Amino acid sequence: MHNIKIIEKKILQAIEETENIETLETIRISTLGKKGFISEKLKKIGTLPLTERQAHGTILNHLKSQINKLLHKKHQEIKKKTIHQRIQEESIDITLPVRNNPIDDGRIHPISQVIHEITSIFLKKGFTLAEGPEIETDYYNFIALNFPKEHPARDMHDTFFFHPNEKGETKLLRTHTSPVQIRTMENQKPPIRIIIPGKTYRIDSDKTHSPMFHQMEGLVIDKTSTIAHMIGLLEEFCQSFFETPSIKMRFRPSFFPFTEPSMELDIQYHHSKKETKWMEILGCGMIHPQVLRNCGLNPEEYQGFAWGMGIDRITMLKYDIQDLRDFFETDIRWLKHYGFPLFS
Amino acid sequence: MKFTLSWLKDHLKTHKSLKDIIDKLNQIGLEVETIDDRTRFNPFIIAQIIKAQKHPNADKLQVLSIDTGQPSPTQIICGAPNARIGLIGVFAPIGAYIPGMNIILSSKQIRGIDSFGMMCTQHELLLSDENTKIIELPSSAPIGKSFAVYRGLNDPIIEINLTPNRSDCAGIYGIARDLAAAGIGKLKDFTLKVNFKKKETNPIKVSLQHPKGEPSCLGFSWIMMKGITNHPSPKWMQQRLKAIGLEPINTLVDISNYITFEYNRPLHIFDADKIHGDLLIRHAYHNEEIFALNGKKYKLSSTDAVISDTKNILCISGIIGGKNSSCDQNTRNIIIESALWNPLHITKTGRHLDINSDARYRFERGVDPAFMIPGLEIASQMISSICSSAIATEIKLLDFQNPNQSTITFSYSQIKRLTNLNISQKKAWSILKNLGFHIEELDNMLTVKVPTWRSDIKESADLVEEIIRIYGIHRIKAKKFNSGISKQNTLTPVQIHSYNIRRVLASRGMIEAITLSFISKDIASIFGGGQREFKLANPISSEMSDMRPSLLPGLILAAGQNANRGFPNLALFEISEIYTNQNPQKQCRVAAGIRSGTSKMTGSGRFWTGTDNSSVDTFDAKADALNLLENCGLKSNRIQIKRGAPGWYHPGRSGIIKLSPRIILGFFGELHPETLEYFNIETKICGFEIFIEAIPKLQKYPTRPSPLILASLHPITRDFAFIVDKSIPASHIIRAASIADRQLIQSVKVFDIFEGESLGINKKSIAIEVVIQPLKNTLEDQDLQVLSQKIIDTVLKETNGILRKDQT
Repeated sequence: MHNIKIIEKKILQAIEETENIETLETIRISTLGKKGFISEKLKKIGTLPLTERQAHGTILNHLKSQINKLLHKKHQEIKKKTIHQRIQEESIDITLPVRNNPIDDGRIHPISQVIHEITSIFLKKGFTLAEGPEIETDYYNFIALNFPKEHPARDMHDTFFFHPNEKGETKLLRTHTSPVQIRTMENQKPPIRIIIPGKTYRIDSDKTHSPMFHQMEGLVIDKTSTIAHMIGLLEEFCQSFFETPSIKMRFRPSFFPFTEPSMELDIQYHHSKKETKWMEILGCGMIHPQVLRNCGLNPEEYQGFAWGMGIDRITMLKYDIQDLRDFFETDIRWLKHYGFPLFS
Repeated sequence: MKFTLSWLKDHLKTHKSLKDIIDKLNQIGLEVETIDDRTRFNPFIIAQIIKAQKHPNADKLQVLSIDTGQPSPTQIICGAPNARIGLIGVFAPIGAYIPGMNIILSSKQIRGIDSFGMMCTQHELLLSDENTKIIELPSSAPIGKSFAVYRGLNDPIIEINLTPNRSDCAGIYGIARDLAAAGIGKLKDFTLKVNFKKKETNPIKVSLQHPKGEPSCLGFSWIMMKGITNHPSPKWMQQRLKAIGLEPINTLVDISNYITFEYNRPLHIFDADKIHGDLLIRHAYHNEEIFALNGKKYKLSSTDAVISDTKNILCISGIIGGKNSSCDQNTRNIIIESALWNPLHITKTGRHLDINSDARYRFERGVDPAFMIPGLEIASQMISSICSSAIATEIKLLDFQNPNQSTITFSYSQIKRLTNLNISQKKAWSILKNLGFHIEELDNMLTVKVPTWRSDIKESADLVEEIIRIYGIHRIKAKKFNSGISKQNTLTPVQIHSYNIRRVLASRGMIEAITLSFISKDIASIFGGGQREFKLANPISSEMSDMRPSLLPGLILAAGQNANRGFPNLALFEISEIYTNQNPQKQCRVAAGIRSGTSKMTGSGRFWTGTDNSSVDTFDAKADALNLLENCGLKSNRIQIKRGAPGWYHPGRSGIIKLSPRIILGFFGELHPETLEYFNIETKICGFEIFIEAIPKLQKYPTRPSPLILASLHPITRDFAFIVDKSIPASHIIRAASIADRQLIQSVKVFDIFEGESLGINKKSIAIEVVIQPLKNTLEDQDLQVLSQKIIDTVLKETNGILRKDQT
């Protein structure tokens, strides 16, 4: 048995020196495996003389358990070392940037945003959204709205015309969204509560005018609505749109061919730190009796009011945009800067 | 409409402040556009040069000693060539703001000598362009006194933005009348003091030639005056005219301008000695010419009304006079006319000749017909007193009938009905009376006679407006407007889709643009437009001549412009109308988008992972289009992709999206190289167009979803690769595999496309992944064998595709 000791020393040293799981397994098989050294020795115990059997068995079993222990310990060590090494290798620069979320790049045009803001306010008040053609007839754009031919009020509507068609009819680009009022009154019985956003066109181009611009107007027709209701509604609208209950407003008499009485609404805004100024934001008034008659409604029975505003202008006012023409210039820098992120 | 405060006060007796008057003007609907209180002229003082010595250190400068009315003189340095002892001019002390230089004057040394102020040029006070010589005043000018007072520069100028209905306020007298009615003062009576003898008979004959149709002249009056002198007009008149922006010319011209602005009564004065024979009011002959007072020559047409003598046209009626009969300093004898011209004629002629005169402005809005003769009397009276010892003839009239006052039946209840305002009947009636309305009352009904100067008042709503604007709109108490929740659909399908699409596209990293609805004819033609009915007759420019048939050109132009600014990669979209013959409204709503350069959904440009910085391709646009449709409720299995997109797309790399053989939802693809070449664009652009009206109404979700049944068995995945002709679309393989067993096959996905010589000429390999979902029983190997064979057979039958043998 003297050589057992030597063998034990050799095996344990081999295990100690092993650095990978595979070698460890080879050692296990060659020692403790079915045909391993220890297993073979144990099988041979029966052939030994009785007096030696017990001592021999004790030694071998002791060796077996020692090898087992050491194998297990070494196995754990190597595994830990491997993972540690892997983690070392897998370490990355976590400061590198991530891909942009497309949602962060997308933008909604300020005019769309403001149309949405205004629409939401009035939809909550029970209005529906109405739209109509941009290529209009003289009748819907002017005559029905009480702009007689040659009336000086037409001078404020520098109109784009098309060439006359086979029937001799000359169409035009609507100069305001008001033709939709007429189309609605012709097709729908009161009560009417609509808002009308849309593109409008006039021959004009400077810092505050573009040949294409946007308007939003509203129409209320029933038997009881008065100027007092109109003032109430529009004041509520301004407070909601400009997000302040303390906004200063004033109504001023004015003139539109399709309303009577007519007025304009000014709001006060800070022109500079010291100075406040009044700025006109919308025109409004009671529907002119002649307009009601033109749509087949009896002005003794029905009444109502309408208002209209330039979306581009109030967008400029609310979001502090300086030049109207930039809205349609499609400069990507401008669109990114003034456009609205999807979640804003 | 401009006027000065002192001019207003000629007609309005009031102690109210300028601010009160401004506020009231706004309140009654005469919106104040600008106020020039002219306080900037306050610091300037009339002063005299009492000593002038050459500056020791500068050739062109003098050291002046100025008497500014103070006990001791002031020393200044001055470089003006006309500065000399004795000159009386305008002195600006230290601290004065110099409008022409936009500085506040401070004391300083000029070449070593102190200067404590300056003598001003006309330009420094913004009175004229003269900027080398200092102002020279006559010896009568009071030294030490305010220059502004002396020159009448202290009179505030007010400009109101007159609405087209208020022609009565195109004269200062009318403004005073409105303010008086609104309680701001008392309207002063004006009485005509005729201080000349109408002893002569009027020798001038006028006749009228009306062509058929509406008459151009509704009344004509004239007077002749003799022996006048036509010097420059008096200083006070010049000051007022200058203040409102009119250049004084001579007394006669100035008086006619003065009366135009004071009483809204344009009139015309002819030099009688330049007229040949009698006057004739007629229409011009075709192409007849006149050299007008504005220095321009006009070719007239037969619809233009004129006044002529036996030889020439003397003026375009109610719009502008002719040079040939105009008054100058030698004028001695004159004919003054005051007429009523038909507004329709004035507007028409004014528009087609493009003349915007003060007379046209007033006649087309309507002047007071009852003031035709008083206007003429006022003119002759002013001329007689200013142009000295005039002899006037009697006034003669032609075709004039005293105007009838229109009447309106009005009831007190209308005020409450339209405005909900509580105003006493007495107050309401007094407002109308103060405005010049005549009222006859019977019970609560009124018969209201409208004053001749308010032709805009036609029915009771107009009277309600008069009452509330004078009473004060601010006195109407706001009432809450309650209309309740709408029981109808508040939004149409197109509106809902538009709303959703905008957000879907933004969520895909695209930026919304709004481009102009008009494009050039050439570009319109490329995109299928350019028809005559969509061409503007009066475009702003040839770049904006046609209504667009597609949204893509606007977006492509934008891509080009941004590329030129250094931003070649962008993803833009627009939701707007295009103009087409396809429906009666001649327009339809489209959502369109483009991606240029490398602007894919994951972002543009290079990225450190090194993957996917290639340029955009057809499938980026297709993904945008399909994702948009999916979010409008159209699953991809409901739509068909076909070839044959319009010519502006690359024919091999574009497609039509159809809902059914007849319903086109839109197009997608790479833009045709020639299209991009036209726009001078070098990067690749892919885009899509979706017709929003073609998208079916969004199905409402059922109130409760159907019960969810989860398969208890594992799905199985099998891969196949088929060799087919190159021309066979992948969609056919997918479809064929799907229909092999509609129950078990859950999905078919293409995961690889391969083309190579090894496959044979014009062949490609399409690899698909088929997901099989067992329903009741686990599928045995044998079952899968059968199903696989079924797939292989169906693909073969439908597409001639052969299973690739080299697969593992």
